[in-house]
Amino acid sequence: MRMIAKIGGWFDRRLQLGAPIREAAEHPVPRDTASWFYVFGSAALVVFMLQLVTGILLSFIYVPSAAEAWSSLQALNHDVTLGWFIRALHGWGSNFMVAIVLIHMVQVFLFGAYKYPRELTWIVGVFLLLMTLGMAFTGQIMRFDQDAYWGLGIGASIASRVPIVGPALVKLMLGGPIIAGATLSRFFALHVFLIPGLLIAFVGLHLLMVLKLGINEWPMPGRIVKRGIYEREYHELTKKDGAPFVPYAIWKDIFFAAFILLAVAACALYFGPFGPTGQPDPTIIQTVPKPDYFFLWMYALLSLLPPSMETPALLIGPVIAIAGLLLLPFISGEGEKSWRRRPIAVLTVLLLAITFGTFTRMAQFAPWSPHMNAWSGNPVPERFVHGTTALERQGALVFEAKQCRNCHSLGELGGQRGPNLDKVAVRLTHDQLIRQVIQGGGNMPAYGKNLSPAETTALVAFLQTLHPAGQAPARDASRELVVEHDKRPGAHR
Amino acid sequence: MSTETTTPTISNDNTLSRRGFLMKLGILFNGLVATALAVPIVGFLLSSITRGRANGYLSWVPLGPITKFPEGETRLATFRNPNVMPTDGKTVDTACWVRRVAGDQFQVFAVNCMHLGCPVRWFPQSGLFMCPCHGGVYYRDGSRASGPPERGLFEYPNKVQDGLVTIQTGELPTPGQTAALAGRKSPCA
Repeated sequence: MRMIAKIGGWFDRRLQLGAPIREAAEHPVPRDTASWFYVFGSAALVVFMLQLVTGILLSFIYVPSAAEAWSSLQALNHDVTLGWFIRALHGWGSNFMVAIVLIHMVQVFLFGAYKYPRELTWIVGVFLLLMTLGMAFTGQIMRFDQDAYWGLGIGASIASRVPIVGPALVKLMLGGPIIAGATLSRFFALHVFLIPGLLIAFVGLHLLMVLKLGINEWPMPGRIVKRGIYEREYHELTKKDGAPFVPYAIWKDIFFAAFILLAVAACALYFGPFGPTGQPDPTIIQTVPKPDYFFLWMYALLSLLPPSMETPALLIGPVIAIAGLLLLPFISGEGEKSWRRRPIAVLTVLLLAITFGTFTRMAQFAPWSPHMNAWSGNPVPERFVHGTTALERQGALVFEAKQCRNCHSLGELGGQRGPNLDKVAVRLTHDQLIRQVIQGGGNMPAYGKNLSPAETTALVAFLQTLHPAGQAPARDASRELVVEHDKRPGAHR
Repeated sequence: MSTETTTPTISNDNTLSRRGFLMKLGILFNGLVATALAVPIVGFLLSSITRGRANGYLSWVPLGPITKFPEGETRLATFRNPNVMPTDGKTVDTACWVRRVAGDQFQVFAVNCMHLGCPVRWFPQSGLFMCPCHGGVYYRDGSRASGPPERGLFEYPNKVQDGLVTIQTGELPTPGQTAALAGRKSPCA
């Protein structure tokens, strides 16, 4: 024991770090901050360290070349001992990191921790969030598969819409005129050098400010933040009702960090690594690209926005969102901290959570995407062809052969881009059906040039049978009058 | 202790000491060197843009003999991008949809949807291109049919030369740059 103390002493005389570290560790924090609500920041840091370690390990094998990346990932998955596990840890670590950073942010927002004097801590935190998302996106590119390739194409399409400099931005982003070797290399540089370097520097700043300014006290309704007197009040609070951070508060951080690491490891072990999906070969077009989990909401948004709104929303939306986050501590830098007295703050969080949650959920089903194989793969339910005439059956064949099923479902199966047609005859009359098929409209292409008159007749005959047994098909009352009128003697003069 | 009086201090008055002057000169010198170095560094960073000026990436690429493409039909063709780097692997192989309208008259479409660039697929039975991502649909002549795209499919300039269908290509077609790519002036230019 004395030997260790002696060696420690030898180092400390030269480094002189012992005293400042002890001071930082034992600085008094308000007692009520030793809470399970205050563990997310440290958990994010721990997951970040896991990402650093597993990322370095992956780089032992991974080859950042468009020609080799995909096969080096296959080698990691199948040939290198435990390569699959390190990949899985890194992939799940990424998901956990985004989730924990978001939870941390919501907690900080609801507890008013961004208010005076911690504005800059919040602003640095906003940049940390953006960098975390940047790591998630560039990480998806590292898994150089079909999703990564077409994901880059989507990124390029968005960048190209920036007025004037769009095309130049695309070439800067891709490192050339197309998605190729230079593209992967530059995203590798971003993912492995540039963003992590900035992340480490910003995490250092973030932590330094937490130490210098003290951890945010538990917000009490009615305890108002005021510039100039807050520091004195906080100082008194830590003096009167404070406890040393180590070990009084840190044990919860330590336990939660271990729990999160265990959860990442469990997911990695149980679910395994993410992909890679098919080879990044642009001549294989039988692919349905989808972004990773945390960008699914964007996939939904881009399908549901009206086309004319899309470019403004894509280009101006992020600017407004980021500006809003950065300006938040200046807009409401003082006043109530407690979420019990900040209903708008609570409602904002709920609204955003529900919005993003709904978009994410919808993107998992993607009802806006045509089912590319529905026309050839899904059977027509028997009840729809039972007892039909030859013409109607012919119509059912036309319905399948012309890919109507890719966008319209019958029974449970088929695309959801257009409406389900189980009861279409109740909604549209014979003439309306013909018009809709030939001219399209709504969000449907016109089929006039691609259907012969005979095919149209058969198709509409089939569609007219699609109504529930007890419900008559829609009919045009005026048409019957015309027919009646025509039947009368002397109608045709 | 007499040395203490001679230790240099940062003077408050405006007189320029010898060391103060040297420091400022040193900073100026560093500034000049940094500027000189910044020129090649920025030049390197922007090289992918500057090389592309004046359609520097575009060239004519053959898709195959004209007999490969029956009249009135639309077929998938593949070509190798004209600019290849050794690390590109399969990414320089590109697909496109070739429609032989009649005789020597062709339309060659990019597979990239004009919404966000996903690969569209051709359905000859219904005569439609459909995009699997957000449901963009195009007619056989590439014009927009429905869904989120704001315009028709991107068309490569094409010609028939020595019995080969050739297209002018070299850049990824994206919604923002298609006008410039097709040799047409964009309305904003």
